[in-house]
Amino acid sequence: MAAAPDAWKPSNKILAWVEDRLPILGFMRSHTAEYYAPKNFNFMYFFGSLALLVLVNQIVTGIFLAMNFNPSAGHAFSSIQYIMRDVDWGWLIRYMHTTGASLFFVVVYLHMFRALMYGSHKQPRELLWVIGMLIYLALMAEAFMGYVLPWGQMSFWGAKVIISLFGAVPVIGNKLVEWIMGDFLPAGATLNRFFALHVIALPLVLLLLVVLHLGALHTSGSNNPDGIEIKQHKGPDGKPLDGIPFHPYYTVKDLVGVGFFLLVAAFIIFYQPTFFGLFLEHDNYIPANPLVTPAAIHPVWYFTPFYAMLRSIPSKGLGVLTLFSAIAVLFFLPWIDRSKVKSMRYRGTSYKVALAVLALTFIWLGKIGIGESTWIGDTYIARALTGVYFAFFLFLWAYTYFGWEKTKPVPDRVTMHE
Amino acid sequence: MAHTSEGSLQSPSADSTEVDHGRRRFLTLTTAVVGGAGVVAAAVPFIKSWEPSARALAAGAPVTIDISKIELGQMVRFAWRSLPIFVVNRTKEQLADLPSLDPRLRDPESKETSQQPSYCQNTWRSIKPEWLVMIGICTHLGCVPDYYGQIQPEPFDRHWKGGFFCPCHKSRYDVAGRVFQGVPAPLNMVIPPYHYIDDTHVRIGVNPKGAA
Repeated sequence: MAAAPDAWKPSNKILAWVEDRLPILGFMRSHTAEYYAPKNFNFMYFFGSLALLVLVNQIVTGIFLAMNFNPSAGHAFSSIQYIMRDVDWGWLIRYMHTTGASLFFVVVYLHMFRALMYGSHKQPRELLWVIGMLIYLALMAEAFMGYVLPWGQMSFWGAKVIISLFGAVPVIGNKLVEWIMGDFLPAGATLNRFFALHVIALPLVLLLLVVLHLGALHTSGSNNPDGIEIKQHKGPDGKPLDGIPFHPYYTVKDLVGVGFFLLVAAFIIFYQPTFFGLFLEHDNYIPANPLVTPAAIHPVWYFTPFYAMLRSIPSKGLGVLTLFSAIAVLFFLPWIDRSKVKSMRYRGTSYKVALAVLALTFIWLGKIGIGESTWIGDTYIARALTGVYFAFFLFLWAYTYFGWEKTKPVPDRVTMHE
Repeated sequence: MAHTSEGSLQSPSADSTEVDHGRRRFLTLTTAVVGGAGVVAAAVPFIKSWEPSARALAAGAPVTIDISKIELGQMVRFAWRSLPIFVVNRTKEQLADLPSLDPRLRDPESKETSQQPSYCQNTWRSIKPEWLVMIGICTHLGCVPDYYGQIQPEPFDRHWKGGFFCPCHKSRYDVAGRVFQGVPAPLNMVIPPYHYIDDTHVRIGVNPKGAA
């Protein structure tokens, strides 16, 4: 992390004095103006920086929400109403936070899908992918606990169902559930500890993981839509021939993405803040009631694909195991996928088809998971789709391990489409 | 290590520059183990602080409920420890259908002893056959099932004999809280400890005199 030996020096005397004692400007320079990224990034490369933007939004709006939120079972629900009605601009800050939470998952899912498209999870970026998966895991915990805080019906029953998942652990299951809740059902103790975890513990973990994610990224360098290593072709100055400095080239490009993204976000915040009951669910405008379960209970949309898997399996232990396996299997993706070719541009047709099927399966599962239908057919469809989801990984392993994949020749240098 | 200038702290004799790696490893390891034990011990208070507090435990006192106003075939909810207590005044028809359901249930004879007190381990899972007193929490993931008391075909079961249907994950129970096969819930719903004070009052949270 230290500055290069031929250290760049600021011309300003005061800055040079600081730099001699703490090479922070050189460090920042080496990760912006001196960080060379492939010149052929496309649309799919917006979502990393957008995720960072949303993270900042969540932290800033979250701090201001915490100033007026009351984390107790008796007052949490009414303090949200207080924020929405009585606090100046409180509604805007809250809608920025709730919309930001959902958009966080939108950009993270697209960011992950980009990795699958261009092989960004493959050697030498396996650890980058694993850290990214840890971020996804921490983000799910963070989002879940945040959703419990308003203490509406969905908060309460969502907490009940998700915490009860741990009851499937053999022997200690029931004690574990009581330990997490700090009571015999979700109660003030649960709400209070979730608040602490949501505003302090998990944000710290998330920030640390993001720093590690960027550190790993800047060590191996960014992948690109051609899935080739730009470091293999360096000019006489030691810079990659197909690379351009991240700053100003990609900071400017990302700003265009930021502008477009903020436009979409503002539209949702101002015109459709509940997003048709998807981002903020109708039942959560009813205070938590431990004696009545809402007729249709499901988590927020970003968890519903996994929830549909859980719901479709007629066994508690097996259902929970399937849910956790569906997430765990993603961690091993870099080792399941053994193809030497990274980008789908040069991979076999079956890979592209399988990837499309995976995406559709995930979306369809999500749709069933959020559905309120008691139609028995949904259960069978969800069961089949769960099978397809896991079959993707099995297929991918066999396809690449036994060398069935027919890849195209990979170009030496990145390709541009002018 | 002869090149280190800090060596002057030790006596400069030749043998003192010899490093005993085995000894160093042993000392490092034992120090780490002792330190690790300290960390584990220090973690205990933090982990234990998540247990239900004394206040939460004290809130679990017994309650007395009045069942005199419950109509035949009706279910009324009460609360005990903030848990929903279902009390159903079961009809003769509902009770008569119970044995016929046995082949479709996971645990028709209520053999799982943790799900009911021994004095309720019978066909109707209650002290008095017509009165069901039960914690209305689905054994799958803790939702509160709905009461579908009518003996009539339902969208989720064409041969419905009355019972409970969980809206969360579609688990089904008969009118004694016994779970059907082929649903996510693994166990029958829990019968709490209770006893009759008189014909119309039930005390929940306390076993009958003489019962375990």
